[in-house]
Amino acid sequence: MTEKTPLYDSHLAAGGRMVDFAGWIMPVNYGSQIEEHKAVRADAGMFDVSHMTIIDIEGPDAEAFLRSTIANDVAPLLDNQALYSALLNEKGGILDDLIVYRLENSFRCVVNASTRKKVLDWFALNAFTNMTLTHKPQIMIAVQGPKAMQRLSEVAVIPQLSELKAFYAMAFGDWLIGRTGYTGEDGVEVMLPIDQGIQLWQQLRDVGVVPAGLGARDTLRLEAGLNLYGQDMDETTSPLVSNIAWTVAWNPPERDFIGRSALEAQRGNVGEKLVGLVLEEKGILRHDQKVITNAGDGSITSGTYSPSLEYSIGLARVPADASGHCQVDIRGKMKEALLVKPPFVRKGKDLVAKTTT
Amino acid sequence: MSEIPNEIKYAATHEWARLEEDGIVTVGISDHAQKALGDVVFVEMPELGLTISEGEEAGVVESVKAASDIYSPIRGEVIEVNSKLDDAPQTVNEDPYGEGWFFKLQPQDLADLDELLDAEAYAEVCDAEDH
Repeated sequence: MTEKTPLYDSHLAAGGRMVDFAGWIMPVNYGSQIEEHKAVRADAGMFDVSHMTIIDIEGPDAEAFLRSTIANDVAPLLDNQALYSALLNEKGGILDDLIVYRLENSFRCVVNASTRKKVLDWFALNAFTNMTLTHKPQIMIAVQGPKAMQRLSEVAVIPQLSELKAFYAMAFGDWLIGRTGYTGEDGVEVMLPIDQGIQLWQQLRDVGVVPAGLGARDTLRLEAGLNLYGQDMDETTSPLVSNIAWTVAWNPPERDFIGRSALEAQRGNVGEKLVGLVLEEKGILRHDQKVITNAGDGSITSGTYSPSLEYSIGLARVPADASGHCQVDIRGKMKEALLVKPPFVRKGKDLVAKTTT
Repeated sequence: MSEIPNEIKYAATHEWARLEEDGIVTVGISDHAQKALGDVVFVEMPELGLTISEGEEAGVVESVKAASDIYSPIRGEVIEVNSKLDDAPQTVNEDPYGEGWFFKLQPQDLADLDELLDAEAYAEVCDAEDH
């Protein structure tokens, strides 16, 4: 029961090594994950993210629905502005993380592929009377890297593209272009109809944008200190222990979103935190390895080799008072590591050196 | 298609074993294995002097993606490890049957090699995994 995105044939043509991801057959790499990663940091790469779920919410109750359903507040958003938010259950656990755009007459949510059914069901369950939820399959291509904007303007004449601000979107014909991403680099995510998307992918390849797979997407987001849903956070963890407390809009206090009362009870009283970790010895940090800190034990949620830094980095959930040096149990061997504040790399720059917690 | 040289033997777990002229057996991982792993970024070698049996864990190869155990294809004593992989683990991707070897064994019994797969049988193992 695996699904294919409309760019499946394009991936095969580019030599994509296809794997099953959350019920989708997706390219993990096109030869070398490290080269794809470096292309995004130094030039421009592109990802097929059409497996993500686009949900449009329209109607007079759309804004009230989102204000009661997600932890960040859409009320202050200007037209075409976007925000990142967690979607919580009653216990304050994270059901998903998403990006919401306020468009002229609607809101557009982009949620994860792995949580599609759960979120669609949750939205339907909590829907207000005067609103509609529409899930329309489109192609979504993330073009990322310092040259991303330049490459996109080489293949499409898009007025005012260069003036598009971070976390804003613009319509261009049938396209919606958001200056967003999951890599820590400049770039856009373009949502567009299927036939135009297949064409855009090919045009971007023709001007040298490097197709990049899920592997590079994971190392880039981890260097950028961005959480992966289902790995760094899930229904058992709240935003307050997931390094995204900043996405919870406490004001106005009368906005009663789902999970608020549970979060209020945790506030100022959390026992854990999600931090960055750098390995000071040879080896690779991996999910579920034990971390021994000055304040007790914790656990790695994501770990990998960092192609930009050329050593291993990770995210770990550790006791709230933990800091400084720690040890990681890698197959029974204790290795020295250091707790740091993510991100590790943004806009091509090494941020680890000066971020020791 | 992966390269599968005829003159060496293979384990179903994707290690290869080559009998050298001096009676020593060199061990590495196959081209198929390195392709499946992706970019290799770290190799944990067995300790020198360790005596291992066939199928026993003899180290770990880590790609950006994941960690995979390396199993010894035959019985023997580890007499040399490829220390070049410490600083250049990507050699495993670049030259899996040559410079990217992992360790050398003083074999306990050369007859162990007869139990391993030849190139043709190993190709079938790879084909089965690809489908």
